[in-house]
Amino acid sequence: MAQRLIDFLARERPTAVIETVTHVGDEIALIHREHLVDVLTLLRDHPDTKMNMLSDLTVVDYLGQSPRFEVVYQLYSILHKHRLRVKVGVDEADDDCWVPTVTQLWHAANWAEREAWDLYGVRFEGHPDLRRILMYEEFVGHPLRKDYPQNGRQPLIRRPDAPSTDDQTTRLLPDSHDRRVS
Amino acid sequence: MSSPVAPPGRPLPTTAAETYDPRGPQAGELPLSPSMQAFAEEAERLPTDELIVNMGPSHPAMHGTVRVVLRIDGETIKDADVQIGYLHRGFEKECESATYTQIFPYVDRLNYVSPMLNNVGFAMAVEKLLGLTALIPERAEYIRVIMGEIARACDHLTCVFASLAELGGLTAFFWGNRAREHLWELLEDVSGARLTHSYCRIGGVAWDLTKNFEPKCREKLVKVRGLVADIRKLVERNRIFLDRMQGVGVISAEDAISYGMTGPCLRACGVAYDVRKDHPYSVYDHFDFDVPIADEGDNLARYLVRMEELEQSLRIVEQALAQIPPGPVLVDDPLIALPAKREVYNSIEGMIAHFKHIMDGLRVPAGEAYSYTEGGNGELGFYIVSDGSGRPYKNRCRPPCFYTSSAFRQMILGANIADVVPIFGSINMIGGECDR
Repeated sequence: MAQRLIDFLARERPTAVIETVTHVGDEIALIHREHLVDVLTLLRDHPDTKMNMLSDLTVVDYLGQSPRFEVVYQLYSILHKHRLRVKVGVDEADDDCWVPTVTQLWHAANWAEREAWDLYGVRFEGHPDLRRILMYEEFVGHPLRKDYPQNGRQPLIRRPDAPSTDDQTTRLLPDSHDRRVS
Repeated sequence: MSSPVAPPGRPLPTTAAETYDPRGPQAGELPLSPSMQAFAEEAERLPTDELIVNMGPSHPAMHGTVRVVLRIDGETIKDADVQIGYLHRGFEKECESATYTQIFPYVDRLNYVSPMLNNVGFAMAVEKLLGLTALIPERAEYIRVIMGEIARACDHLTCVFASLAELGGLTAFFWGNRAREHLWELLEDVSGARLTHSYCRIGGVAWDLTKNFEPKCREKLVKVRGLVADIRKLVERNRIFLDRMQGVGVISAEDAISYGMTGPCLRACGVAYDVRKDHPYSVYDHFDFDVPIADEGDNLARYLVRMEELEQSLRIVEQALAQIPPGPVLVDDPLIALPAKREVYNSIEGMIAHFKHIMDGLRVPAGEAYSYTEGGNGELGFYIVSDGSGRPYKNRCRPPCFYTSSAFRQMILGANIADVVPIFGSINMIGGECDR
């Protein structure tokens, strides 16, 4: 039972999967970044899986390892009542620290990806509105990275070279994030 | 007082209350007088301009610090930007340098309306990593259920009476507060704190229930049921209440699932997803309770689902009180259980165990686990990554109202400005949990 979903994935997309594990009853699949959207679309739409809910999205920072970051997707199916954790490794180099967005698959990804970008600095390419969500616009750095000091203090100071939190009101353009889920 | 008697030969005049029909014609459907009709036609031709309006973060009607920037045309909302984060305090960052035991006070402050449910959710995540889930003493599981369901009743009550106060129903607010006070007294009796209990421990709960808990609890449940019935009688046939709740803030089941909405808000869209029923954890499979759903997905549906769930929670508490077995309330393993204060102050072993627990933390084997429970607002998940030390490498909380709030923009598009407050009240966004 606990093997069903990762077996399905290994059968349907053998080239996309790097490694599958089960740990304390959870099914986990580590996949290649270039196959991410393909695999998640398959999991969402295939009648055997029907992962219609993106339960959670987060990032883990393994500082000192390569790849440094792991983007973690917790998928759930309301219909079949099963769960799968999909993970993607991302390197820390600035031009490589990105994953494709999945906002076109689940509305939930919109805010979840903004939070992951805000706190870990992993870019989500193609996100319609990628800006900070928990921290303020003037904040420098990404606080949940392991190399950000726990007692780091940044007073909220208006700086001429940074976008201001108040400028967000001007971002209310027509249809700014009216993206229909396909 | 004697009832009025009709004079002979004449029928008793009907009072306004008897002819009143709460589902009669709506205000917009009534025919306008000729002068008003002319005015309405004139108003149609007036030039309009769009306007940016700011609500919050400190607005008396926004319970929770959230800022909503609205682009409006007249009274109609054309676009909205919901900005959260005003209560962000680095929960995950703090957890990375705290031992597992020290995290309990932090999780109390996530959903500060039902802290007991957060306690249970976090303890279960650590127990899953430790492989301890099946070894928790049964009495401890029952205590967790009793305390958790009382907390859930508080959560639903608070959500409902706070939104009623925002709609002008201050009486319901006071009655609801009294009911919550009864429930808080029970929580305070057992845990010692009214709100931030920190009563769970990894491997059970801190101490047993008080001696006279059962009779007191039953007595309080009667009082709470009475007050809740009064509130329902007061508002559910009230025209103002129905006009502002019915058909307002509608969201479809597909959208709700796609937004990751869970809990009462999802069940109000007709999806019967409840972690307690679909993936029974703890001892929830021992109880007979229903998962109420509604199909409309509007404010009224969310209100009704919460009210019905409140009753189901009280039912679970009653059954648990009848079934609770005697026995220990904490696993008998000094490596896992935090020693009782009596032992710490009176024995050298207890003192050393306490010191190791507080300074080093209990060792959790390396690995990762996602554990999910039914919180007050929906699926409350904890995703813990352990590196084998006494402190979590990562402790991610999946906050149910973060995802519910992300659907808020869609729910208010096309609504009136005045609808923002009741819709926001009905999704029950809790800042402490949403912003962490």
